[in-house]
Formats: sequence, structure tokens, C-alpha cells
Amino acid sequence: MSAEWPAIHFTVNGEKRTVRVPPMKRLLDVIREDLRLTGTKEGCGEGECGSCSVRMNGELLNSCLVPVLQAEEATIQTVEGLAVNGVPGALQQAFLKYGGAQCGICTPGMLMAATQLLERNPRPSMAEIREGLAGNLCRCTGFVRIFESVVAAAASRAHEQVEKAAHAR
Amino acid sequence: MSAPSKTRIVGAPVPRKEGLDKLLGRARYVDDIVCEGMWYGATVRSTIPRGLIRSIGFDRTIDWSEFTVVTAADIPGRNHIQLIVADQPCLADGTVNHCDEAILLIAHPDKHRLHEAVASVQVEYEPLPPVFTIEESERQEIVVWGADNLLKSYLLEKGDVDAAWAGAAHIVEGEYRTGAQEHLYIENNGVIAQWSEEEGVTVWGSLQCPYYVHKSLMAVFDLPAEKVRVIQTETGGAFGGKEDYPSTLGSHAALLAMKSGHPVKMVYDRMEDLAATTKRHPSRVRHKTALDGDGKLQAMEIEVCTDGGAYSTLSSTVLSRATLHSPGPYVCPNVRVRSRSWATNAVPYGAFRGFGAPQACFAIERHMDVIAAAIGMDPVELRRRNFLHDGDTTATEQVMREPVILDKLLDRALAESDYHAKRERFARENATSTVKRGMGMAAFYHGSGFTGSGERMLNSLAGVDVADGKVRVLVSSTEFGQGTNTVLTQIAAETLGLGYDDVLMAPPDTNVVPNSGPTVASRTSMVVGRLIERASRQLIGMLRQDPALKESYSREEFFAACERYRAVHGEPVSLVRYEAPPGIFWDDKKYRGEAYPAYAWAIHIAQVAVDTVTYAAEVEEFWSVQEAGRVLNPVLAGGQIEGGIAQGIGYALYEKVQLVNGRMANNQMTNYIMPTAEDVPPIHVVFEEIPFEHGGCGAKGIGELPHDGPAPAILNAIMDATGVSFTSIPLLPEDVFAEFAMRQPVEETAAV
Repeated sequence: MSAEWPAIHFTVNGEKRTVRVPPMKRLLDVIREDLRLTGTKEGCGEGECGSCSVRMNGELLNSCLVPVLQAEEATIQTVEGLAVNGVPGALQQAFLKYGGAQCGICTPGMLMAATQLLERNPRPSMAEIREGLAGNLCRCTGFVRIFESVVAAAASRAHEQVEKAAHAR
Repeated sequence: MSAPSKTRIVGAPVPRKEGLDKLLGRARYVDDIVCEGMWYGATVRSTIPRGLIRSIGFDRTIDWSEFTVVTAADIPGRNHIQLIVADQPCLADGTVNHCDEAILLIAHPDKHRLHEAVASVQVEYEPLPPVFTIEESERQEIVVWGADNLLKSYLLEKGDVDAAWAGAAHIVEGEYRTGAQEHLYIENNGVIAQWSEEEGVTVWGSLQCPYYVHKSLMAVFDLPAEKVRVIQTETGGAFGGKEDYPSTLGSHAALLAMKSGHPVKMVYDRMEDLAATTKRHPSRVRHKTALDGDGKLQAMEIEVCTDGGAYSTLSSTVLSRATLHSPGPYVCPNVRVRSRSWATNAVPYGAFRGFGAPQACFAIERHMDVIAAAIGMDPVELRRRNFLHDGDTTATEQVMREPVILDKLLDRALAESDYHAKRERFARENATSTVKRGMGMAAFYHGSGFTGSGERMLNSLAGVDVADGKVRVLVSSTEFGQGTNTVLTQIAAETLGLGYDDVLMAPPDTNVVPNSGPTVASRTSMVVGRLIERASRQLIGMLRQDPALKESYSREEFFAACERYRAVHGEPVSLVRYEAPPGIFWDDKKYRGEAYPAYAWAIHIAQVAVDTVTYAAEVEEFWSVQEAGRVLNPVLAGGQIEGGIAQGIGYALYEKVQLVNGRMANNQMTNYIMPTAEDVPPIHVVFEEIPFEHGGCGAKGIGELPHDGPAPAILNAIMDATGVSFTSIPLLPEDVFAEFAMRQPVEETAAV
């Protein structure tokens, strides 16, 4: 049956992938079912909770609202693509240290939203953090420690930049 | 009890045990698991609130031979979910008593075929008159449950209330209402079930209480304990919403697995989860209070009513906690609480963080401000004059034998929030501003562990063993975000003198771990933590039978001793059973005695702004000062408090379950609104620590406490800001508008 469908090509976490699935299949389901990248979660199926957040071509989006045909030739990043050689990134380490994850189900989407935020705005204010994460619902933390984690990650990234610059000199 | 500074691991902010798996996206939740040959299940549900099922028809356009269909007739054992009273059927058999009650189950290898199949089953009903409110139910003109609609009632009496009214300087009455609240865990309910003749039933699922599901499956399938196995998968939030419901869902999936011969996955989507699963009990609480001329409480007459929904489920125990929390943290010589839970044709209400206490606390803490206004006293002063102290007795005549430091908590909260100065400033500024600001407080306790004799009846068993060079904690207490894995391994590592990484959790699998009781009632750190502390000490004692293990030892010496023990005695397993703290007495008939082994205490203060143009109320800042025994992990404990307060803010100002003919009309995240990152204010959390001798390394319960206070604190702040005493939650802008529009003359609005 799968051969009936046209091939759709995209890059996920740096790897080229091809799927043959119904073109209106939700990107979320392709990621979870066809690519078996189950870190991306479904919370509401209508773009309200942000649990299914992934980054596509540098934009943050709810993968439950995107038919996979729109991902043709796209570059996609999921939570599995945040660690570098298995080592958790600065955001992940900050979430671990500051208690940004509790039950963990919103965490992958929250990490993607925070990644997007810090890439656009490396030193966000508290108001900018709140706005940047407003599309991602967390029912456990009350968000306080998620904000702290993002602040800490921003600071540690800035620190890394300074270190790198110092080495370069 | 060791002082906080003397521990190595307990009290330290060690990282969440399963945290890295969650952050890397590799933690496996139930919907992430795929089994070989797995089918998918769906549910045909009632579309009416009450009636007789006349016929069930199957549309011939569907090839039903591809599907497995299960009805009540397929149940091999009892058609009941086993909880407290076995009145709730696993599948409706002839009658339905609420909308979205499960009637029939369908499974197919392709989940995309299920939607059409469910829609192709026609159920014909003969409707019966439904009951939707507490008022309709208590009139008993239509009886929908038992002989009288009464699911449960309690009477608690202390002193002589009737004699106290005559001599009172003030008598103040009030009525307070709370709405239903949805847990809104971000992971919906879900399970996978498997069945075989040899091994019986196995259920994997997102759940809080493996042994509750185990008990229900034994009854539904008429199987012995050893042929039922329940395994908790990583669970994406629960808050009580996965306490009893997984017993139903697990049974459903297992019935489909048995009949189809395939493993069956059932994961609800958001709309089904919101429409069909449990919520917080709506309540109506009435207070009549007598005070003397100094503002001291003389008598409290309290009537607590809850809407229990169509079946009894946990309503009796929720009502019990509401009853015991209804008088608040105050001394009063004469108290009478009559409480009743009424049946209606709503989806059964169930456990939700706080378990009756948030409803009771909303009423008494709102009422205290109503009293203060009525007798012209500052609400802080009124509370201070009536606080419980060490040696006082509660409404159940429990003597407060542990320190009660409400005054200290209050002083700290007032100082941290700059309460008095802000109230004065806001009063000045409000006169000329369309945004009215105010400060409000709530004082409260939350009883830790099961009520009364509950912990003794649970008779929990827990322990530790040693496998592959690691100690394993053996409990059925589950992790669903609150930190069970972390705090229990901290306690074991601390007590055993090992490192945090030397201790793991055994898998939450009923074939592996003993029944340490349900993961509910703020009991895990205190009660189960204590069992792990005792079991760890017992393990050291076992190992010391071999004199080679010295008083102080390295981790290598410890594990070497474990190997020597294994060679001589077999597996080093240390299990211990619950022992009640000494001197505990509880009379379940008179509702008198030690209602809880320990209490956690808190003061909440809310700073609120009400916009008189948009009618929106916003919490601008929040303070929470509490004493919950020893803080085992400051990061996790702080997270519990903040998360509970955010949920409490939602309960007060955002979250409204809209029922239309008994069915939830807003069963989507689009229109059931919870606080977002932009709505939650800065929350300041302060712990005062008094280690509790009988809790795990000194801990008392903490998980539910923070949900009790926000709603009354916020509505008290709104009264401070606007002068309007709102008595019902959720309080949405339209509710504020309705009140203001009625009060304000038209020309005043024009003048603004």
C-alpha cells in the first residue's frame, strides 16, 4: 500500500529521510509512527498545547496541524536532535538542574519552543520568555522553573560564547 | 531525627531520577509503545444522560467481521469497577446513567477505521428523567441512585452548637460554591492490554495506582492475583485523574485483547478524555458562625454538599476530606459539620489534587473574610485570634501534639509580601484608577496520608533489595511528575550511606513490587518514605549479621557484604509493613479522634488586579509560606508548590466545565482554558521546616497542599480590591461583569 503514495523527502535532525505516506497525514504522526521518533508528543491534536512542537525550516510549529506534504524538502528538528553526540545541550542541562521538567510530557515541545526563542533572542527578558513559551502548556510546574531554566541556559550559552571568543583570540 | 544540615542527600537538590530520559525524549509513555500484532480500541458511549438501552444496531455498510466488538455480555467476571462500592459497571448493561458512559468496545488493526465504526453503531434509548444539580438531587423527586440519591453522608459534632447561638455577639452566614475542574494532564488516559490463557491479563498504562487496576481486573476477569499483571508506563501527569479511571480503561482494553486475541492499545484523544473521564467534585458549602465580642469563634455550623455524579466511585472519601477540612485551621469549642454527597447524571466526579479540601478551604477562607467585613475586623487579625496552636483540639478533638506555627508562617508571609503597606497603597490608588488592586490571604492545613484509620487498613508493604550492584526501591508508588522516584531513592541512599546513583527504582510492575498503597493523598514522601527509611535500616541490620560490615563502610564494602549475604541467606530483600504512629485513635462512626497522622500548614497571599473596563481579574504576584515537615528536595518541593498554585489560579479564574444536558460542551483545550506562561504570576515560595518524626526522613505531605489556598486568597483579594464579595468559582470576566453591571448606575460608567 505504501508504494502507492508519492515519496516525500525531508531532513530530520540532520538525516535525510524519505517517506511514502498519505500526503495529508499529520507531520506529528509521520514523525512518531513512520520515523519512530516518539519524543514528540500529542497533547490536544488542535494546536493548543504545543506538546507536538518541532522546528521546521527555522520556524516553530505544531506538528499536529501540518500535513506532511508541506514538509517536502524541509529541514526538521525534533527533541531527539537537541543533544550533541548524546550529550544533552545547555537547555536540557538547565531543565535538569532547575526542575524545568516534572511529568515530562510537555518537555520536548517546551524545549523546542525554548530553543527557538534563544536562537532568535539569545538574552530574552522575562516578558519575552513568557511570550515565547505561551504556546506551550505545562500543567505540572506552573512554568516558574521552566523560566529559570531558560534564563540559566541563556546565561550559560552567553558564557560559552565568551569562552569561545577568548579562545579565538 | 537528624537536623537538616547533617544529611548528605536528603535535602539536596539532586536531579530528578528519570529527568534525563524525559529531556532527551527517550522516556517511553504508553502511546510511544508499539507491540507486535497490536490492534487499537475505541468506545461507543451513551449520548443521553439517563435511560434504558432498547437496542444496539450495527450499520451494514461496515464489514464487522474485521472488527472485534465487546459488550457487557463478554465480561467473564463481574461487570463492576472495584473501588469502594461496586456500583459502577465496566460496560453499561441495559441502562445508562450519564453521558459518555461506555456501552460497547470496538477493536481493529487500523486505528483510522475506528472512528467510522463507532459512528456506525446505533444505540436506541428510552430516556429517563435526569438530575443535574445538587439541588435537584437533594429534592429527591427523581431518584437516580439507590433509594434516595445520597451517595454518602457524615455528621461531625463537637461541643453544643445549638446552645451557642443565644450568647453570640455576632452570627454570620454564607454560602459558597465551587465548580468542576478538569485535571488537564497533558498526556491523556491510555493503556495497552494483552491476554493469554497461560499468563492471564497484562495491562501497561498511564496510571497512579497499579494495585487498584490489578484489583479491578481480577474481578472483571474472575482471575486469581497471579494471573493479573499491571505495569505503569511513564506517566505524563495525573493529579488524581489517573487514580481510579485506569481501572475502567484497563478493563476495557483487556476485554478487547481477550476477545480479539491481539494486544490492544486504547489511548483517548483530548475530546474523549475531557468528556468521559473524572473531574473535581462541584460543591456547595454553607457556614453559620457565632463569634464573641473579641472576634473569637464560638460556634461553627457547616453544611458541605458535593455533586458526586452518576456512580459512587471515590465520592465518600472525597467528602470525608472535605468534611475534615471544612472548619479550617481554627479553634472553636462548638462545631457541627453535616456533609452529603449527592448523585446526579454527570460523569462520576473523582480524585483531584486536594480531594475535597480545596472546596472546603474555599468556603471557610472566603467566609473568614466575610466575617471580618461583617464585624469590622481586619481579616488577618480575625484569623490570628482563632488560629490553632500546639495543644489545642480540632473539630474532631484531635490534640495538636506536633508544633503548629501558623503565627510564624503568617508573619513571614505578611513580611515577604509587604501586605499591609500594599493594602494601604492600593486603597489610595484604587480611588482614581480603573484598575483596582487588592491583597487577599488564605490560611489552611492539609492532612497528610489517608484519613482516620485508612493507613492502617491499607497495611502497605514496601522495601529495598539489591541487584546488579545497585539497591532497588520496591514500591508500587508511582512517578507522574511529582518526584516519587527521586525522593524515595534519596531516602534509601541517605539511610544506607550510599550515593544517589547507587539506588534505583524497581520497575512499577505488580509482578515485581509489593503493594505500597495507592499514589494519592500526599502520602508517598511521608508514609511510603518512612517505610523505605525503615526497610533500609533493616537491610543494614541484615548485612551486619556478618561482622565484616563495619560501623562505617564504603560503597564497595556495602555491596561486597550484599554478595556475602546472598551466598549464605539468599537474595538480600528487606520489606517492612506500615506501623501507625503511637497513640493514634480514630472513631469512624463518630468522626472523632486523629483524623490525620500529620498536617502540613500554609499561608497564601495573592495580589490581584481587577480591570473595571474589561472585567478581567489577574493575579499579579503570589506568596506561599508553608511548613510540610522536612523538605527532601528543594527543587522538587518548590516545583510542587508552584505547580499547585498555578492549578489553583486556574480553578479560581479560568477553568469552567460547561455542562449542557449533562455533557461537557467545552471538551477541548481551545475552550477549556488553563493558565499559560503569560498568565502565571511570579510565585514566591518559602518553607519553614520542622521534621516530622514519623515521616520519611522527616517529611510530611506536600503535593496537594498548594491547591487548597489560591482560590480563596484570590477572591479575598478581589473583595479587597473592589468591595464585592464573590462567593463562587470559577470567577470569569462575565461573572464580574454581571455583578458590576447590576451594581453600578449607568451614569457612573459614563463618567469614567
